Amino acid sequence: MLDSTFFIEKGIIILVVFAVTMLFAMYSTWAERKVAAFLQDRVGPNRAGFGGLLQPLADGLKLFSKEEFFPNTPNRFLFIVGPAIAMSTALMTSAVLPWGDKLVIFGKEVILQATDIDVALLYVFGVISVGVYGIMIGGWASNNKFSLMGAVRASSQMISYEVAMGLSIIALLMMTGTLSLKEISMQQSEWRWNVLYQPVSFLIFLICAFAETNRTPFDLAECESELIGGYHTEYSSMKMGFYLFAEYANMFISSAILAILFFGGYNYPGMQWMTENVGVNAANVLGIIALLIKICCFIFFYMWVRWTIPRFRYDQLMNLGWRILIPLAIINIMITGVCILAFK
Amino acid sequence: MSELLLTPEHRYAKVINERRNEDGSELSILNLGPTHPATHGIFQNILLMDGERILDAEPTIGYIHRAFEKIAENRPFYQITPLTDRMNYCSSPINNMAWWMTVEKLLNIEVPKRAQYLRVIVMELARIADHIICNSILGVDTGAYTGFLYVFQFREKIYEIYEEICGARLTTNMGRIGGFEREWSEEAFRKLNVFLEEFPPVWKEFENLFERNRIFIDRTVNVGPITAEKAMQYGFTGPNLRAAGIDYDVRVAQPYSSYEDFDFIVPVGKSGDTYDRFCVRNAEVWESLSIIRQALEKLPEGPYHADVPDYYLPPKEDVYNNMESLIYHFKIVMGEVPVPVAEIYHPVEGGNGELGFYLITDGSRTPYRLHFRRPCFIYYQAYPEMIKGALLSDAIVILSSLNVIAGELDA
Repeated sequence: MLDSTFFIEKGIIILVVFAVTMLFAMYSTWAERKVAAFLQDRVGPNRAGFGGLLQPLADGLKLFSKEEFFPNTPNRFLFIVGPAIAMSTALMTSAVLPWGDKLVIFGKEVILQATDIDVALLYVFGVISVGVYGIMIGGWASNNKFSLMGAVRASSQMISYEVAMGLSIIALLMMTGTLSLKEISMQQSEWRWNVLYQPVSFLIFLICAFAETNRTPFDLAECESELIGGYHTEYSSMKMGFYLFAEYANMFISSAILAILFFGGYNYPGMQWMTENVGVNAANVLGIIALLIKICCFIFFYMWVRWTIPRFRYDQLMNLGWRILIPLAIINIMITGVCILAFK
Repeated sequence: MSELLLTPEHRYAKVINERRNEDGSELSILNLGPTHPATHGIFQNILLMDGERILDAEPTIGYIHRAFEKIAENRPFYQITPLTDRMNYCSSPINNMAWWMTVEKLLNIEVPKRAQYLRVIVMELARIADHIICNSILGVDTGAYTGFLYVFQFREKIYEIYEEICGARLTTNMGRIGGFEREWSEEAFRKLNVFLEEFPPVWKEFENLFERNRIFIDRTVNVGPITAEKAMQYGFTGPNLRAAGIDYDVRVAQPYSSYEDFDFIVPVGKSGDTYDRFCVRNAEVWESLSIIRQALEKLPEGPYHADVPDYYLPPKEDVYNNMESLIYHFKIVMGEVPVPVAEIYHPVEGGNGELGFYLITDGSRTPYRLHFRRPCFIYYQAYPEMIKGALLSDAIVILSSLNVIAGELDA
């Protein structure tokens, strides 16, 4: 089993997944600006390349060439580690995402997933939880009160919303009976999308996903009107770029997870028919495209919300998390349990 | 950290030490400003914080104090408008007109009806511009950016109208003693009509975006409330006082520039909180639009300035070709026109509250003493009390809903 082709195959998949994540994160920045411009009746970036398509590259180049500023901090090492953790955890999650069922290349089956571990969902949650350290450490090491406040807000917010997020998923897991993202995808073939069976769970998960990615209306950690830049106030150059980039990578990942858990992943209506009549490869390439389209819809949704509604206040956010979402998730679990008992 | 910022004698240092000895809690000092993105200007607040809660605040003003009152004492009357421009720069035409009206009151000049109506139009436009800024920035401070950029296009349209009227946009320096410096162009009226047509639906959209938005309501209702009594004690005026439930509006209480000819409502709030201030300003925009429409409809024909050659600079072509004009020009520029010895006060309803000019003259070409009654200065006195006990996020929202403009605060 562990022959060289295995390593080559996985290596290629990891590279491709990495590249796709980066590409999506890059172009999310472009899309964010374009969507904002569209909503605000503006033009948006249109100078670098056709329709501003080279804008992310220009931004990256600019950030790399900026002065690296270090605040007067005793934790210089942690100051550097912060963005590194944020970035690496943002990219690690994509390892377990199933992009499609399989491709047959030269008679060999290639599974379209970097790794299919049976606790994939737990892995995702674990990695996301580590992500908060990036923000916390960065904010702490900045030796700045605004940064520290942003970091404290971010960590308390992420910890409390993780609880609700986990509980919302439990109802789903009771139905699917597995933690493997691949199996969850396969169970949703044709129209058996989980969102149709678990709408409440989906809503809670969606709200928590907003909170986990620190997006409006939960962007308290970096709200510029109060905390200047929040946890990245003191950061400059590509270290700040990493934080911003990690946010977009997180947005891509959480969109992907939403699509996989609730919207059928790579499944699209008629996939079975395609597999039988046209071929496995064509069906799965279409599947990848379907997944990417779903992800793009979610990313657009994230942006749409960001540029429409105001943000919560710190105490209101905690109220929503602890007093509304968690009880709701628990009630949802109970209802799901009763339903499973009743219909089995 | 806090020890680094404060001398041991500072009262906050004492409070921090006391609390530390008492129950071991660690209070902190947060320096909000002078250059903080949310202060929309330059003023500092030293906040004593317990976590995110503000226990006490100490404001510092004067960062852009330019001694306008002193400068005004060395300037002839017709050169003081540029100073007024730079006070509340969001609605400078109101300041300009208020100053001309003060001088006209001093000199007993009767301004023709047409000029008065034109003044009403431009003042209401300025009020709309002021409220656009205040309310949309309140949106930005709560985190909704889109409303701001969306309605800001219309401030640009208003500036284009200013441009047609007087040639300038932000610091307008508009008008003369006795009226306007020139007749409004056809283009100005055309742009005004386009504005009156295009702006209302956009403003309606903006209102819909915020007024029933649950997050916005949560963020603003009961945030920074001030009772009517307290507001009056501080000397609040304008939208901030009306939000507390007092229907005081200078346009109604002491009508100037023919405001008595127009039919409009003075919107009032109830609780004087941020949400009420927002809604009062929203409603005032609609009233301003209605006033502009009425003024345009009833706009009489006639001269656009009073016939006061002693004070109204003649047009340049007359100065070169006409003996009398040359004489008047010389007299005005050299400051040899008679000015009565008097002490007068003239208030107008500024974008932000009662803007008053208290003028004392001794018969010379410059004011003996000129005091500006600046509403922002008064609001800012109440600010530390309003944010006590609030969260940091509330402090930002309260500041932007009071619409404190640094230029007017410091003058």
